[in-house]
Order: sequence, then C-alpha cells, then structure tokens
Amino acid sequence: MLKQTEGSRAVAEAVALCRPEVICAYPISPQTHIVEGLGEMVKSGALGNCEFINVESEFAAMSVAIGASATGARAYTATASQGLLFMAEAVFNASGLGLPIVMTVANRAIGAPINIWNDHTDAMSQRDCGWIQLFAEDNQEALDLHIQAFRLGEELSLPVMVCMDGFILTHAYEQVDIPSQPQVDAYLPPYEPRQILDPAEPVSIGAMVGPEAFMEVRYLAHAKQMQALELIPGYAEEFRSVFGRNSGGLLHSYRTEDADTIVVALGSVLGTIKDTVDEMRANGTRIGVLGITCFRPWPLAAVRGALAGAQRVVVLEKSLAVGLGGIVSSNVHNSLAAPATPVYAVIAGLGGRTITRASLHKVFAEAIAGRLESVSFLDLDRAAVARVLAREREVRRSGPIAEAVLRGMGAPGARIG
Amino acid sequence: MFQTRIHGRGGQGVVTAAEMLSVAAFREGRYAQAFPSFGSERTGAPVVAFCRIDDKTIRLREPIMQPDALIIQDPTLLHQVDVFGGLVRDGYILINTSRSFSELGIGEFVQGFHAEHLCTVPATEFALKHVGRPLPNAALLGGFAAVSGRIAIDSVLAAIREKFPARIAEGNVAAASAAYEYVLGEMQEAAHAQAN
Repeated sequence: MLKQTEGSRAVAEAVALCRPEVICAYPISPQTHIVEGLGEMVKSGALGNCEFINVESEFAAMSVAIGASATGARAYTATASQGLLFMAEAVFNASGLGLPIVMTVANRAIGAPINIWNDHTDAMSQRDCGWIQLFAEDNQEALDLHIQAFRLGEELSLPVMVCMDGFILTHAYEQVDIPSQPQVDAYLPPYEPRQILDPAEPVSIGAMVGPEAFMEVRYLAHAKQMQALELIPGYAEEFRSVFGRNSGGLLHSYRTEDADTIVVALGSVLGTIKDTVDEMRANGTRIGVLGITCFRPWPLAAVRGALAGAQRVVVLEKSLAVGLGGIVSSNVHNSLAAPATPVYAVIAGLGGRTITRASLHKVFAEAIAGRLESVSFLDLDRAAVARVLAREREVRRSGPIAEAVLRGMGAPGARIG
Repeated sequence: MFQTRIHGRGGQGVVTAAEMLSVAAFREGRYAQAFPSFGSERTGAPVVAFCRIDDKTIRLREPIMQPDALIIQDPTLLHQVDVFGGLVRDGYILINTSRSFSELGIGEFVQGFHAEHLCTVPATEFALKHVGRPLPNAALLGGFAAVSGRIAIDSVLAAIREKFPARIAEGNVAAASAAYEYVLGEMQEAAHAQAN
C-alpha cells in the first residue's frame, strides 16, 4: 500500500512484517523512532508473538540479540554512532558465532567532537566485523532491504546490517509502498536455524578455538560472505518478482553506458548525485553513477565490470580514514581492471555537512579537467583550518581544536544550508 | 518542483507542518518529500523544515536553498535568521502575525515580490481559539492553501486528520479552515483595492 510516511516508521513496519520474535532496543538518535514504532506495535498487539526488551545499553542490546538468535528466535535491533561502537565487541561475536541478527544502523558521525548528524563513519568502523552491510538509497529501499536482510542472513546464518542515512532518510517523509503480509510471507520463509540452543538436544555455541582451528573458522566466515555475493542478485530478482520493484542487489548503475567519468557512492547522496549527473548529461558530459548497495561483502567483480569503461572514477564518500583518505575509494581502486585509471576520493558530508548540487558540479568538473587531488574534501573551509594551524604554530598551549574552529567561525547556527 | 521552506521555533510544530504538507500533496497523487533541518531539538530555538512537491520521484536531498514559498511561523525570527535567503522573485511569503508587512518593518523589502503572493495571517490567534494552544502550524497550512493555490484546502484538512488523533485534529481542522477563509478574504480585499 502506498503511504506518505517517515522513513523510520516505514522501516518499523517492514521489520514487523518480517515477524521478528525478539526486539531489543536502546535509544540513540537518529535510530530511536524505529524501535519506538516497533515498541508501540508490540504493546498494541499489532505485532504478535514478539518480545520487546528494553536493555540498559547497546552492549546489552547486541548481547540479548545474540542470546535470542542462539535459541532460534528471529532477532532484531537498531543503533547508530557511539551506540554501534559501544556494542562492537558483541557485534564481532554475533558474526563470529554465525547468528543471523538483523540490525539497522541509522548512520551518524562518531565523536569526538560530539555530533548527532549523518555520515558513514559508524558503519565503516565495523566494515571488517564479519556482518553483511547493505546501504539504502531511499526509504523504499531501506524498507525493502530489511525484508531481504532476514532472508539472506538466515540462509547463510550471518548477521546483516542495513545502513540508512540518519535524519536524511530516517526523518524524511516520502512515499513508500508498504508490502502486504502475504507478500512478505511468500518471500521470507520461517526461520530455520542451522544451530540452536535446545535443552532437548544440548550443544555448546561459542567454543574456545586455538591456533589449530582459528584460521579455518575465519576462512569459513570469509567463504560465507563470498557466498552472499552469489545469492544477493538472485534474492533481488526474486524480490522483484514478488514485490514488483527493483531493490537491493549488489549495485546499481545509472547512465554509465558510454560514461567517461563514473561517480561511485553509497546511500542517500546518490539521489543528489543523479540529479547533478542529469544536468551534466544535458550539457553533453558523459558521466554516470555507480551506487554500491552491498558494501560487505565487497562485490569486486561486479564493481570491476561496472567501471570497465571509465576513464576516471570519482568516489564520493561520507567517511574519512584518518591518515589515509578514502575507504570506499581504496576498495574501488583494488577492483579496477586498469589500475592506472585515476580514482579521486572526495570526502564529503562529514558530520551532516550539506552536499549540494552546486558543489558536486564543481568537484566533478575539476575531476574531468584533471585538476582534482587524489584525496579532496568537499566544501572544506580552508581559512578555518589555516587559522587553527597558524595558532598551533605560534602558541604552545593552543587549546582544544574543536572549540578553536568554532570560535573562528562566529555563530554558524543561523545558517540554513 | 515546488519547494516550501518553513521557519519557526522548537515546539511550534514546524517539522509536523512540513510533514502534513507532504501528506496533503501525496493525497493529491503527487510526489512529496518533507524533512527537518537537523539541529539539536530545543524549545524556542530556530527550526527549519522543508517540503518539496513534484509530479515525479524526488531524489534531491539538499536543503531548500531557493524556495518557491516561505511559511514563517514566528515573526521574531525575521531579524535573527536569514529567513528570506534564496526566495525566488515570484515566491510566496506567509507570515504568522496580526500585523502587516509594513508594520513588521519589511514593507520595503517585499516590494520586489508579487503583492498577491504575500500574506500575513494571525495563525496563533486561530490556534488559541480553536485548539486552545499556541500551535500555529495547521492554521498556517490552511492559509498557505489559500495564498499559494498549490494545495487544496481539503487535502490539508485530510492531512491534519491523518497526522493528529481525532480529538486534537478537529480543533486544528477548524483553525486551518478559519485561516483559509481569512486569507481568501484578505486576497479578495487586496484585489478589490487594486481594481479601484
């Protein structure tokens, strides 16, 4: 049914349609509306046969999800930012144990300095934790990816993180098609666990593994992620046949057929990039877009194929590998058939900085003209940075950096962009 | 694409107003996208929310920097925030106040805009009368339907009923209807004055 609703509400309804049996939650912006919505549904009885557990921390949220999943329950939680970091130890345990928990990460920056706004630093910090990581472009895809996540995770016995941009998607009202219960039931079979804690047939889960077998267990985790690369396109195709729309898959190409320049990105910024690309196409620029939906496992062969014709690649990424530059761009660079192809990492939108069409036009034009640095920072206020660096050179006790940057800018709170 | 920016203060229902406008447009079979500016939520702090309406899917995620319409829920913002920033020349301005543009001290500023696209409406007064609380958002949407002609009042009223529980919705529907009639009356009066 078509509905105009908030992204968080749409995801809550999608998760409810997946018939979760345990939902554990600890509130943190911008994820809170999702679990609030689910909490209401459990309380009202709209979501039956489900236990909603308020926990005392994110570490507890993931630990409870692990316990629930190990007993054969379909388990769900959601978090963001520092919350994801606080549960990090349990996040690794969930994947190490092979428990198919689904978790929404409402992407948000990581402090310090404290910042509640969107970027991808939280999800990227866990990119090697063994979870499958899917990124939604809009609220329809966020909703759809949750349904696919339960299917995929349970088939492989692996946990899946569905990443959606905090605030930009979670708090946006837009049109979504909420599927019917029979549609979801047709697509997502009841959970059939590969391992289960059952008093009738006792097993232990979570053995200590020494040097003789640890490598093999880790290799199997890798092999399972590689299997996901095989399964995901088929699940997206099956999704299309049941629900009538394209959602998920490994990646989406847009106007790349004859493109000299291909822009790679993840998440909601793809919309703004596509609008910019349409405007540049209208002026005769051969430019296209590659949206990465599945970031882990990394779809190396598919990326290689999708970028095969490009003379240059611009990777716009909402996270910064401090001391290196780009994370996604490093992955992209590893995937190229022709490693000499220039890959420009453009770090953008950190801590909620607006990414505008005007700035994208400028940076894409610079890349095409060969004037872009291999790592650049979109709309960086260079004067603000220079002021702080100058003060650090002059004064030993130069003070805290964040406060110095803010002081130099006056009061930016009144700006609209 | 028709882009509306709503300015107000935390606690005045600015975000809800943008959401309801998007629901109203959706009910007319159009695509709409509403989203807030994501500040730390504090009562009284300046808040901005956005609503885009189009006949095709909306992909753009940047804030609205060149609005076609402005709804200003709190006139005390006029001298604090650059509320008019980027407004297109034939844009609409609706301000919640019982005063006129000249009395607000912006009579000269708005001279460059189309007179029939400008209106003030005492939305807080309508809200106090019909809702019993100084929450002007629904009333302003009623006024906006009248001055802009971009959304039908019936769609606005339906959106209000969808967003609020029945008890609260009816007061807001009354406030929105009253503001709609008020703005229509103001526009007729202005048209009449111009004809003479």
